[in-house]
Amino acid sequence: MLRGSVGLVALGSILLSGTAFAQEKIKVGVTATLEGTYTVLGEDGMRGHQTALNVLGKKVGDKELEFIVASTDATPDSAVRAVRKLIEQDKVQILLSPLSGDEGIAVKNFAKTRPELTFINAASGAQETTYVDPSPNFYRYNMDGAQWQVGLGKYAYEDKKYRKIATVGEDYSFIYTQVFGLALEFCGLGGQITSRQWVPLGTKDFASVIAALPDDVDAIYLGLGGADAVNFLNQYQQAGGKAHLMGGSIMVDQTILSAKGNAKNALIGTIAASGQADTWEDAGWQKFVKAYQDAFPPNKRFPSPSLLATNYYNSTMALILALRQVNGDLSNNQAKYREALAKIELDAPNGKIKLDSNRQAIGTNFVTEVVDDGKGALFSKVVKVIPNVNQTLGYDPAVFAKIGLPGRTIPECKKY
Amino acid sequence: MTRFIERHPAWALITIIAVAVLLWLIFAVWPPGLEQAIGRKRIFLNAVLNGITLGGLYFLVASGFTLIFGLMRNVNLAHGSLYLFGGYVGYAISAATGSWILSFIVAFVAVALVGVLLQIIVFRRMEGQDLRQTMVTIGLSIVFADLMLWAFGGNFYQIETPSWLIGPIALPLVSAVRPSGEMVYLQYPLVRLVIFAASVVIGVAMWLALNRTRVGMIIRAGVDDRDILAATGVQIQLVFVLVFALGAGLAGIAGVVGGTFQSISPGEDTRFLLASLVVVIVGGMGSIPGAALGALIIGLAEQLGSVYIPTYAIVVTFLIMVVVLALRPQGLVARR
Repeated sequence: MLRGSVGLVALGSILLSGTAFAQEKIKVGVTATLEGTYTVLGEDGMRGHQTALNVLGKKVGDKELEFIVASTDATPDSAVRAVRKLIEQDKVQILLSPLSGDEGIAVKNFAKTRPELTFINAASGAQETTYVDPSPNFYRYNMDGAQWQVGLGKYAYEDKKYRKIATVGEDYSFIYTQVFGLALEFCGLGGQITSRQWVPLGTKDFASVIAALPDDVDAIYLGLGGADAVNFLNQYQQAGGKAHLMGGSIMVDQTILSAKGNAKNALIGTIAASGQADTWEDAGWQKFVKAYQDAFPPNKRFPSPSLLATNYYNSTMALILALRQVNGDLSNNQAKYREALAKIELDAPNGKIKLDSNRQAIGTNFVTEVVDDGKGALFSKVVKVIPNVNQTLGYDPAVFAKIGLPGRTIPECKKY
Repeated sequence: MTRFIERHPAWALITIIAVAVLLWLIFAVWPPGLEQAIGRKRIFLNAVLNGITLGGLYFLVASGFTLIFGLMRNVNLAHGSLYLFGGYVGYAISAATGSWILSFIVAFVAVALVGVLLQIIVFRRMEGQDLRQTMVTIGLSIVFADLMLWAFGGNFYQIETPSWLIGPIALPLVSAVRPSGEMVYLQYPLVRLVIFAASVVIGVAMWLALNRTRVGMIIRAGVDDRDILAATGVQIQLVFVLVFALGAGLAGIAGVVGGTFQSISPGEDTRFLLASLVVVIVGGMGSIPGAALGALIIGLAEQLGSVYIPTYAIVVTFLIMVVVLALRPQGLVARR
């Protein structure tokens, strides 16, 4: 009898809680590279995402946002697997995914098979994702790898007087896109790229790659990220390397500049370009840095947000702000929501962001130089701010289309 | 050696010619035509040295693996987990105390203890049941991998190289001759040479211990016939525990080495398990010189492959394994 009544009470309370908190939820799936080579990038991306939630809150009208996170390892199949799991098992309606270049292309292609859902790119930066055959339900609020290199080639050629450079990069779409952006500008001014080395993502032993670096160049461009960058710098230091360095957007980034050990000191003085600069004076940027710093204890974050944190912050912002504009209305295959997403202009911490007709961001780019703050911490200092960078990098779309898609040997080193 | 030449004159000739060509490539100044055909000598020399030093690391991992197999007929597929655990322990000690040497000692002791526990708690209960042991070790490696992921996270750890080992030294190998006639000597990272020297010392010490000491004699006797050895009154279980501890400890040391010149992270356990499997299959299961030869071949194949045929580098290792399995399935230096 006693047991029976207890059971009844329990059942009753479940029913009650059901009615008392009956609140519609909007489920959002998030992926980040929380394993493998890009683990630190994924972790900081999630910090940026959390910072945005701290600022905006999770309410949309009378609905509550629920975020479900899945982990990937920067390979395209891991990203598609994670996205499928989020859609099929967790029944998410909106996706904030993915982080890395090849993942982005795969998720964009997958997005076409689910036209009733909306995909918001979290941070991936391969050009192909939004440039070739874009998916109508895929939105990207960060620039691509080539846009993030705008200004670097010119600064290297005109201010640093570099004439010949060699590149080392990870062998996948995002780094191809970065070298593409660099080469167009640097070679367009008359510079030469004498060798391009490509290493597999997740390379451990760089000794032979380092040995094969040419001596007769003014600088070496590094397009590496995460553990690969740290491994490279460590072994570069052991090999006694002394060349001038240039860095890609995830090479000169807090994910590397805050790495343990002193191998990163090789980066002091390195010039780079990216969608952000750590020491930018802009009030909006400083406010974001403060929000990021306040959200996590110092040993659980970087001194300043990485590019990934900023991208996740911005994409989460776009996701929530557009959803609020339509008051959480996802009816009619999310048509209203998509319209709002396409039109929204973000007042992002790293400059204003709006989308073009391919739903690809037009934003602000930064040329930077790595400095030591005097206490052993490294930061990227602003050299130049370039607003309104579009995906065709200011080229006429017809000319740009003739260059070809970024690849191991594309573009050729010449003026287009 | 002489017997090998008598029995296989053709193979012996091929080997001698190959060694001669290799020595010429290493010591001679390359004519310009050759440099144009296959690239600069510096790259070749670096790849060879990298292969040899990487082979040193592989040897450290594989020697423990092969030792345990040789004596106990136990294919310990959790060996990679021991490697990774050693790396994490080494990192923790090095980060806490700043001492690189101490991290080796602690990693050796800690991982050896895990080995002792494994032998006493797990393997003693299923002695002589090969398949069961293999299955249990696969299970254990999965459990260990998840425990370590939980404790250390998915991040990459790098053990800091002590300052006296940072930087390159000039080797007495000519990498090029400048037009002025000046010799350019090869610059090579000191830390890799030191680590290689250490693995050679460990290898030689192990060989001496096995062949010149009483304990070594007991172990060799155990490899040949466990039952008779036990019947002569030797405490065979104690020997098993000791060998397991040594093999595990070596994997722990290898973890610290790997954490110093590469880095440690989840996934490294299976990478090194696979590497040591390939190494002992090529060299011959249960043989220490075989592990050394196998490690050298695999290390060289990986590094030369990554320089000269980057796209197919991964295949080369397995190709070697397939060829060895096809032509000499017992391994190159198999015990008869």
